[in-house]
Amino acid sequence: MPSSLAGRIPITVTVNGAKRAAEVEPRLLLVHFLREDLGLTGTHVGCDTSNCSACAVIMDGKVVKACTVLAVQAEGRDILTVEGLAKEDTLHPIQEAFLAKHGLQCGYCTPGMLMSAYALLKANSHPTEDDIRRGISGNICRCTGYAQIIESVQQAARNKK
Amino acid sequence: MIPPTFDYASPKSLSEAIGLLASRGEGAKVIAGGQSLIPLLKLRLASPSLLVDINRIHGLNRIEESGDSLRIGALTRMADVEASDLIMERYPIIHDASEVIGDPLVRNLGTVGGNVSHGDPNNDMPAVMLALGAAFVATGSAGERTIKAQDFFLDTFTVALNHDEILTEIRVPKSRPKSGGCYLKLEQKVADFATAGVAVQVRLIEGGECEEIGIGLTAVGPAAIKAKKAENWMRRKTWFDSRAVEELARLAAQEANPMTDIRGTAAYKRQVVARLVSRAFRRACKRAGGAL
Repeated sequence: MPSSLAGRIPITVTVNGAKRAAEVEPRLLLVHFLREDLGLTGTHVGCDTSNCSACAVIMDGKVVKACTVLAVQAEGRDILTVEGLAKEDTLHPIQEAFLAKHGLQCGYCTPGMLMSAYALLKANSHPTEDDIRRGISGNICRCTGYAQIIESVQQAARNKK
Repeated sequence: MIPPTFDYASPKSLSEAIGLLASRGEGAKVIAGGQSLIPLLKLRLASPSLLVDINRIHGLNRIEESGDSLRIGALTRMADVEASDLIMERYPIIHDASEVIGDPLVRNLGTVGGNVSHGDPNNDMPAVMLALGAAFVATGSAGERTIKAQDFFLDTFTVALNHDEILTEIRVPKSRPKSGGCYLKLEQKVADFATAGVAVQVRLIEGGECEEIGIGLTAVGPAAIKAKKAENWMRRKTWFDSRAVEELARLAAQEANPMTDIRGTAAYKRQVVARLVSRAFRRACKRAGGAL
């Protein structure tokens, strides 16, 4: 159990199915642990102020902002990042849908969009457009105007059938 | 942005957590969902010497009716409140607020207890709890005590908890027949703080008279405001008396104490409060069984 009154704290976190152990400072954010300690740079730092959700990851089945969770809080938890979506060379159906429907332009928000879409479709395999708009309402995209992103998630829902 | 350094503990029991708070004094701070505190740490607006993480303490995340109250464990995530059928059916005012707090990712971690005890006048649950006449259970070194919502929100980021106390439960008077409530928030975009927010809870009696009414205001003062003059005015008046409702809205706007900022001028925000109060009041009465 990560409890310490000084210095670094040992943690073990399951990331994309693999157990990863490290010693971290309590102030280390989960997003920096993923990017800098584990080299998983697919999870982006966008605003760094908890507004944009480019850093979204799945923690114990729920989509969260990795910039607003401490790495020590992830002790014993199960994390899925964008790197965990594709299997070998086969893209995840959500990724296929974003590709097919041009759900990205610059791509900066895409990892977070994919993770929010993943959480949405896990909870609701037949979302309405309104469900999708609500599901991605925490994720900011500055290029697409969201139209193609919504179409991508609709396509992803069809792909999963 | 990197938070300042701090020590960290994640106790598994309430007594252990309280012991840590008591021994470390004012420098110790509780972290629950972290969705307000972590951004503050990153901005270095908060610099606690110790974070006591209460996420691993069991038994603080129930939603249940028991005795004469609805009990919400302080660690209950906002997403679980939003998904609760009990809350949607019997306490729609709480459901309304749960849908407009932060964004879906924030609601997956953010807790009801945190939203209340953080003491941010922009948070939405304080106004709801004022309207409902809720009470908060605080557990500390000296044991357990109950604090009324109207005595809880003292100032910006200041609530009536002692430094060795943890908010453990929120108690809302059990929903009664012919009662209903509504929370309305004007926000510029998803996850922004409210320009203004209004919570109204009513109980009607025969003839459409307001037997009980509670009104709470968000983001228009240094802390959440209970609009007492407006409440007193509307008691014993009928919900369909449109002149009375106009006066209700005017009084509530007068009780608001907003500041001019990027979300609008003080005068504009008072207008927003007036309009939201009359809308929220009508919707609350409709939910209480007053037909429109």
